Amino acid sequence: MKDFEPKIVCFLCKWCTYSGADLAGTSRMKYPPNGVVIKTLCSSRVDPQHILLAFSKGCDGVFIGGCHPGDCHYQSGNYKTKRRIILLKKVLEQLGLNTNRLRLEWISASEGKKFANTMKEFTDQIKKLGPIPKINCE
Amino acid sequence: MKKIGVFICHCGINIKGAVDVERLTEELADYPGVAYIENYMFMCSDPGQNHIQDAIRENKLGGVVVAACSPTLHESTFQAVLKESGLNEYQMEIANIREQCSWVHTNIEQATHKARLIIKTAIEKLKLNESLYPVSAPVTKKALVIGGGIAGIQAALDIADAGFEVIMVEKKPSIGGHMIQLSETFPTLDCSQCILTPKMVALNKHKNIKLYVNSEVESIDGYIGNFNVKIKRKALYVDPHKCNLCDDCTEVCPVLVPNEQEEGLSWRKAIYIPFPQAIPATYTLDLENCLGLEPIACGKCREKCTAEAINYDATDMIIEEEVGAVIIATGFDLYPVENIPEYGYGKYPDVITSLQFERILSATGPTGGEIYRPSDGKVPKEIVFVQCSGSRDPEHHLSYCSKICCMYTLKHAKLYKHKIHNGQPYIFYIDIRAGGKRYEEFVQQAVSEEGILYIRGKVAKIYKEGDKMIVMGMDTLSGKKIEVKADLVVLAMGIVPSEGSHDLVKTLKINTDDKGFLSEAHPKLRPVESLQAGFYLAGTSQGPRDIPDSVSQASGAASKALILLSSDKIYHSPIIAYVDEDLCSGCTICVGTCPYGARELNEVSKVVEVNEILCEGCGACISACPSGAAQQKNLTDDQIDNMIKIIASGK
Repeated sequence: MKDFEPKIVCFLCKWCTYSGADLAGTSRMKYPPNGVVIKTLCSSRVDPQHILLAFSKGCDGVFIGGCHPGDCHYQSGNYKTKRRIILLKKVLEQLGLNTNRLRLEWISASEGKKFANTMKEFTDQIKKLGPIPKINCE
Repeated sequence: MKKIGVFICHCGINIKGAVDVERLTEELADYPGVAYIENYMFMCSDPGQNHIQDAIRENKLGGVVVAACSPTLHESTFQAVLKESGLNEYQMEIANIREQCSWVHTNIEQATHKARLIIKTAIEKLKLNESLYPVSAPVTKKALVIGGGIAGIQAALDIADAGFEVIMVEKKPSIGGHMIQLSETFPTLDCSQCILTPKMVALNKHKNIKLYVNSEVESIDGYIGNFNVKIKRKALYVDPHKCNLCDDCTEVCPVLVPNEQEEGLSWRKAIYIPFPQAIPATYTLDLENCLGLEPIACGKCREKCTAEAINYDATDMIIEEEVGAVIIATGFDLYPVENIPEYGYGKYPDVITSLQFERILSATGPTGGEIYRPSDGKVPKEIVFVQCSGSRDPEHHLSYCSKICCMYTLKHAKLYKHKIHNGQPYIFYIDIRAGGKRYEEFVQQAVSEEGILYIRGKVAKIYKEGDKMIVMGMDTLSGKKIEVKADLVVLAMGIVPSEGSHDLVKTLKINTDDKGFLSEAHPKLRPVESLQAGFYLAGTSQGPRDIPDSVSQASGAASKALILLSSDKIYHSPIIAYVDEDLCSGCTICVGTCPYGARELNEVSKVVEVNEILCEGCGACISACPSGAAQQKNLTDDQIDNMIKIIASGK
């Protein structure tokens, strides 16, 4: 268990969190390498089915980063994301999954530090939760 | 299957220092779909780009993955390379292995593994990429300039002189901004009004410029090249065409309020002209302070007005304009001086802000340019200037340097000495930042010839003793506590984004930094553009800067806007939503999720259609579609699923 390196999918919106992640890079902040990014134009592009697929294929955590409330480049996409995630967490509970494996966070383009810190925290959290149990939700 | 070429950049040692590029090149050569792979020191350089072009030609590649820096930096560079080689630019994917890998991870083994996954996800996405062509739309050849300070004025004049129409919106009753309040300007000490008023007049008379004062932008819809602007203009109680500036109305007006233009150092009436050279030259009725538009309550001004210019029945108006480009020049405010209670502003009338001192120095100011202190009208024999009031104090106030205070404080001290020869100015400072053309010379001349005393240190407290103000601080050069007795204290306040800009950026969805200043698209290479296409930044709305910098930035923003306005068509990203007609059941759930009204049910075919010009590509409709009929071009569900599978496999 000590050597457990979680596999994490990070869906980042292009306008805020992806730029925030870039800023963490240009500022040379360090964080664990477990999260791999899939860039979307808006967090609202992330379909709950993608998240379920990630868990069923063996990802240990899923992270979604969007713009702060009121700052969505597409006016209201982040609110739609928030509602979807709340509902999806209920589904995860029913599947017997710890809902802490799924995390939604608002990180702006100027918050490189918040991105790096969130990656550290989330990776630590998933490490504590251990590898994902086998589920089938296809 | 598409033959894919993979090009891994070392970025000098920026990538190579943390990622084993040689090993990745070897391993990924066998990855399904990869027909060609190489690594090179600088992919973005001319030889690097030639490598890609040669490889495309020789290997008949159908798509290219460039593993390098963030797409924000060089996506368009590499898209152009593909285009030149005859490939569609959307057959290119960037694997961001610098900002999101080599720069943030130190363990080579781990970083190399992550880079491998990033490149593989890019390959998987590219496999299903289609060749796309930008959606084109016409350009409305007109610009909107928000804010009528020096930056807005310069940008508007430049665009109008190039032959394009400009709409200028200013919140206040006159244009001129903060610059019109200033006395003289550093380092030349030329009169601010003398250089600004001709520009204001030119703007007002320009045949290509339409000016709306007392107005605010209510909303902007649409997209680059085709914005629909709603402007809210406050009721015009005084008709500018009839008003003949006789001043009879102010004489009879019984209401006195602090004069904003004079920073509260004098009074004005509720019907007033902001200052004699105001543009447009007309009186304004301040509804908030007017005794009442009901003639029963007062009505004196209308009775008196022989030109019959006053109309109490005027109402606010919403004006709609179509523009192609928007320049934001919303300026700055001083950092709220109330936030530094230990300096006693508000409690002691002889502690004033830098802008108030500008008004005292100004020939058009409340004292006619003579220096008297506000409490008793005495000529101050000793004067203390406190630099960095609110600036460079991350624990309590602003963390940043407000950039202009060193120079304007020195200018204040000089102008004071020029008027009161036997007076003694003291300046508390942290450092002197005089980085500008002829700025350092300006400082040296003052220190050696004008007898201005600089004290290095911050002021802790200001209080009153007798009729003197005691300025208590620490001289950090001698390490001793210091007290200076002064007749007048001027606080060189730091600067913050203007109050109105906070609401505006929310309305326009424009990115700002954590201080509230507008964010540029790139800090070095695209300093006058916003990330939001079609919006350009000018002046202090983007960050603290002086007049020459504001003017050059405004001209820069204007020329960027002119590039857009002089094109006949603009091209909109084709990464938008589409509908698989065979799967769509016409349930219209997607129609409700679209914030742009880009989706509509075709009543004949009973499937939903996407308006390609209006669609911005957010993808909210796609994840809402229950049947999978809604998809995004080059980011389909299949593409995302394939990327997820790579990450889940961990290999």
